[in-house]
Amino acid sequence: MSELAIEMRGIVKRFPGVVANDGIDFDLKRGEIHGLLGENGAGKTVLMSILYGLYFPDEGRIFLDGTAYTHYRPAQAIRLGIGMVHQHFMLVPRLTVAENIMLGQEPSRSGVFLDRDAAIRKIRAFSEQYGLPVDPNAHVEQLPVGEQQRVEIIKALYRGADTLILDEPTAVLTEQEVQHLGEALIRLKAEGKSTVLITHKLREAIGMCDRITVLRKGKVIGTVAAAETNDRELAEMMVGRDVVFTVQRSEATGEQAVVMTAHGLEATDDRGVEALKGVDLDLRQHEILGIAGVQGNGQEELAEVLTGLRSLTSGTVKIGEADLTGRDAHGFIQAGVSHIPADRHVRGLVMGFSVRENAILGRHREKRFSPTPFWQLQRAVTRFSREIVDAFGVQTPSVYTRVSNLSGGNQQRLIIGREVTKAPHIIIAAQPTRGLDVGGIEYVHEQLLAMRDQGAGILLISMDLDEILMMSDRIAVIYDGRIVAIKDPDETDRRELGELMLTGATLGENKKAADPS
Amino acid sequence: MRSVLRSLGRSHLVSETGITFLSIALAFGVGCIILWAGGFSIPAVFANLWKGAFGNRLALGQTLTKATPIVLTSLSFLLAFRCGLFNIGAEGQMYVGAIATATVGAYLRLPVVLHAIVALGAGALAGAAWGWIPGYLKAKRGANEFVTTMMLSYVAIGLTDYLVAPRGPLHDHAAWANQTAAVQATARFARILRPTQVSWAIIVAGIAVVIVWYFLFRTSSGYELRAVGQSPTAAEYGGVRTQRKMILALSLAGLLAGVAGAGEVLGTHFRFVDGFSPGYGWDGIAGGLIARAHPVGAIFAALLMGALRAGGMQVQRSGAAPGDIAAVLQGLVIFFIIAPTLVRSLVRWRKGKSR
Repeated sequence: MSELAIEMRGIVKRFPGVVANDGIDFDLKRGEIHGLLGENGAGKTVLMSILYGLYFPDEGRIFLDGTAYTHYRPAQAIRLGIGMVHQHFMLVPRLTVAENIMLGQEPSRSGVFLDRDAAIRKIRAFSEQYGLPVDPNAHVEQLPVGEQQRVEIIKALYRGADTLILDEPTAVLTEQEVQHLGEALIRLKAEGKSTVLITHKLREAIGMCDRITVLRKGKVIGTVAAAETNDRELAEMMVGRDVVFTVQRSEATGEQAVVMTAHGLEATDDRGVEALKGVDLDLRQHEILGIAGVQGNGQEELAEVLTGLRSLTSGTVKIGEADLTGRDAHGFIQAGVSHIPADRHVRGLVMGFSVRENAILGRHREKRFSPTPFWQLQRAVTRFSREIVDAFGVQTPSVYTRVSNLSGGNQQRLIIGREVTKAPHIIIAAQPTRGLDVGGIEYVHEQLLAMRDQGAGILLISMDLDEILMMSDRIAVIYDGRIVAIKDPDETDRRELGELMLTGATLGENKKAADPS
Repeated sequence: MRSVLRSLGRSHLVSETGITFLSIALAFGVGCIILWAGGFSIPAVFANLWKGAFGNRLALGQTLTKATPIVLTSLSFLLAFRCGLFNIGAEGQMYVGAIATATVGAYLRLPVVLHAIVALGAGALAGAAWGWIPGYLKAKRGANEFVTTMMLSYVAIGLTDYLVAPRGPLHDHAAWANQTAAVQATARFARILRPTQVSWAIIVAGIAVVIVWYFLFRTSSGYELRAVGQSPTAAEYGGVRTQRKMILALSLAGLLAGVAGAGEVLGTHFRFVDGFSPGYGWDGIAGGLIARAHPVGAIFAALLMGALRAGGMQVQRSGAAPGDIAAVLQGLVIFFIIAPTLVRSLVRWRKGKSR
């Protein structure tokens, strides 16, 4: 038995247009809790998916207990003792806990009859042994997320896992549940199990792990012992310090009247968990207000409440003097808010519609396209869609082409063309450059700056700190559903922003504020 | 199944027409095998099928008469389908429309033409109301419209059955049958292909095709409805009130089915007759699918099914085979229509071979 449970050497995984893993070396000791830390898109999940057999690596080898493999499938990974708990649980809601756990491994009596009692006994034993309380007879759909996660962990153990991969396990948990999870991981460790914990939360990594490996842009930045590192060092490893400017931003000029005021915004996410916990913001004319933050800190929900797509549980939104609290998306469109949504396939475009039909999505009620709800001016729609295609360089065979046949960059150009030609005075741009190549990114940046210079107030939400630093006139940092700081980009740097994004406070100088609880 | 049907709805008319015809051809091919295996004469069956459907003026009249309500129920299905909803209840909506039309036609006194229009309108509104209920339940309570429309269908059939039963309020005391009194002459649709039962109802169905097409593809309201069907989240982003659209879609679906019932009363039977429909509402589901959710396609789909119904009767009379063979063929057509990937792979396989 080798000391290393897992050893990954020179792992390379490419996806079209991006190298997700660029020669990664990673090892996991037996009986160790190893944190895998990095920003979104750093390649953590891809690396662990390779380990679990979901992806084949393009290059590199994996040593499991000393034996070399180039690739294998998940079924084989399970047989080799690897279990993975995904961010989105893979449970059948209608079945009971026991049924879910034994799915695919059903114990049987004389080969025919399901031996439910044997399974339940085994589950209870695991539950006891590792301090993972679950009720084998409860239906999964009725369980809180924390318990569902325990079910997933027991499922992996039931299948004989010696190595557990947990993908962002704490993202869905309450503070107390995180604590319980930490205790369970320590029990597992005592039993000789090894765990990989994927996370982007610094404190959890330090608090729960033995060693931490930091990834950035597909590469290993370093592996450190948790006891010998601190928040600051890890933050610096995660976000780096190099900033590459591709667009020259001029100083904002013109009037600076407030166009949008948000006060005390509170909202829950799709699971009903509190996502915004009292956001105050004001957006001015002639400015780009960047929202910096690590994904999952409430920025998706913020974009949605500011465009009427998600209802507030508390707080008010005003545009100019008009109170838009409680209005739906239609109301916000009428009030002159343009929205470049984070997910173009789900929100921004109707994928089954043509370019032409998508060019008027959200604008289809404008009088020039539709004098009455029962009369749509086809020529006006076609002409307008051609204008957008020409002016914004959307590469498409024709305006009648289905939009799903366009590349991501061209889809984004279409959305931007549609949204900025409204001459809006407010633009909510959520991750407007996600998934675009360098040319596309530059194009989007130029358009946004042009809109700002024409007087629009732009709220730019981005996970990319470089983008925020480059584009913003003011930077607001969102952490755990609150705006924790508003900074002038000329008076801050990546390190300070990184600390704010990752911990909700600047480290060192202000110990008290660093601990929000 | 929903995703399969959705992808169907998305398919483009022109490029998909060939696939549709191929599906029909395949269905007939498999039908031949079944006939052969059953020991029936294939030429005799098809000769009688043709004869019964298009062989002479009477046969053509039969086909058109049966196709008329199917056009409307197909439109009913496909309109809701375009909004991402399944209207399985056209049969019941048609019964409700028919009884409302029959009541207005028999008991109201109005001048000619106007009376027909009012009676037709009453049927349309009654159908729309019957469609509104599942629409409202879907939007406000999330009730699965697949189930509610189908169950309300049985309610409608039972309810109308009661109304015209011997002790029901609308029972025709002059006759032993479970039916309403006859519609007055002022409300009746003129027959246009004597001596067959083809009436102005077929013109009404034709107009409905044009209106539905115009609504779906030439109005912003129809645009919104289709957007909801394709992507509720993107529609919501575009400021569409998706729940209202769902209510509208099912109400309009009910309206179209109600018009189908009204046409049967005003053009074919001149009264509400219990059990008048041999399943036109259910045929609409198949019709909407064969039409690939396109209103113009509904005409051809309905003609195909009307012809199969009319031809099937002739096959039965001739003794060449049981008349149920028409139902078998219809089932096969639907099977091949909702297995487009299978048909497409056959096309690819053939292309590969010829190379």
